[in-house]
Amino acid sequence: MSSYNWNWAVLVSQPYLGWLLDGLATTVMLALSAWMIALVVGTLIGLARTLPNPILRGLATAYVDLFRNIPVLVQMFLWFFVLPEVVPPEMGHWLKRDLPYPEFFSAVMCLGLYAASRVAEQVRSGITSVPPGLSAAARASGLSVAQTYRYILLPLGFRIIVPPLTSEFLGIFKNTSIALTIGVMEITAESRQIESYTFQGYEAFAAATALYLSISLVLLFLTRRLEARARIPGWISRGNG
Amino acid sequence: MGPLDANVILRNLPYLWEGLQLSLLLAALAITGGILFGAIMSVLRMSSIRPVAWLAVGYVNFFRSVPLILVIFWIYFLVPLLLGRATGPFLSAWIAFTLFETAYYCEIIRAGVQSIPKGQISAGVASGMSRLQAMRHIVMPQAFRNMMPILLTQSIILFQDTSLVYVVTLRDFMTSVVTVANQDLRLVELYLFAAVVYFVICFTGSRFINRLGGSFRR
Repeated sequence: MSSYNWNWAVLVSQPYLGWLLDGLATTVMLALSAWMIALVVGTLIGLARTLPNPILRGLATAYVDLFRNIPVLVQMFLWFFVLPEVVPPEMGHWLKRDLPYPEFFSAVMCLGLYAASRVAEQVRSGITSVPPGLSAAARASGLSVAQTYRYILLPLGFRIIVPPLTSEFLGIFKNTSIALTIGVMEITAESRQIESYTFQGYEAFAAATALYLSISLVLLFLTRRLEARARIPGWISRGNG
Repeated sequence: MGPLDANVILRNLPYLWEGLQLSLLLAALAITGGILFGAIMSVLRMSSIRPVAWLAVGYVNFFRSVPLILVIFWIYFLVPLLLGRATGPFLSAWIAFTLFETAYYCEIIRAGVQSIPKGQISAGVASGMSRLQAMRHIVMPQAFRNMMPILLTQSIILFQDTSLVYVVTLRDFMTSVVTVANQDLRLVELYLFAAVVYFVICFTGSRFINRLGGSFRR
């Protein structure tokens, strides 16, 4: 312990500072891209789980069960190593050779579709927690099922689930670190690379930790404001009980 | 891609099974440690002494803001430095998982305890119990029933997360799968096999929890 040579300056010297900033940019890009997929797919799956059609409901349930019961690391390997081998050869070739940054693409798909299974559960609980009288009233006043979802269930449901959705968003940021296993140079990977180049493990890991904490703080600040705006007056907001 | 070769899995089954045993052992130890320290942390978190409660809040928020992989790297790096000698990677993994999961279990246990109306403690005290007795005989049994499904769900997530020790090549199930996959150049078979094994264990576990859920509810 006493033999450790502290050198915090390593963090602000090149190329290491550049590596950290690249890592931060990659993490943010990865999380935002995956979040887009998670929101779109998660909303569709969550919505399907509330539909009267048993086939659609069953498929959506199967999706959620499948993605939630396989570790993200295994899913990452399936996207990166297995998918290009099991699709038709031309497509596999495209995935491995022609696609720019195949690691990044695999990581976005993996993190996005995994998070979608979690978002779907939130969306479903949001929709089911809208009082049934509202959708009955909507149907009685002539709205179609699609219109009921579009104008009543989804807008209200989403406002109810803003708090749990924001914590799913933070979850994606943390899961981006798993992308290092397929070679994506995000924050944790960069800090590990700095450690192996300089042997300054404390400084490198402390820098990564500080970056993740800053991301959380920024998200916390933004989501507090969003939650305050999204709250439905007169409703008991969940996660605030 | 050539046809799938199931033999590669059969041939390496004993090796993979050893890995799976290590994963299960690590998960079991981490669940035990996490629930134990999580319970202690939740008591500190609900303490009426402000600085103590703040420390616990700080701990929980810290570990909930950083990725588990980073915690694993930290502990692998720190433990040998702090102890002055190399220890087995298993001990480091156990410490990392316990530290990390304590934060999550703490919040689950706290929510469980706080789901019991405070009036019940007052009622207990009014009928001659001490506060501790009221906690022990009135609040805890109910809180435990309420939080049981979530505690178990978190434990399934923890089991899935043990696959992350692959990054420090502790020989768990995932690391064994990757080793065989690269040795025999059978990535497709091995990674699909890993997915199936994890899925069967976790899906069975979550079905079991769902069935229990009914009987736990008051």
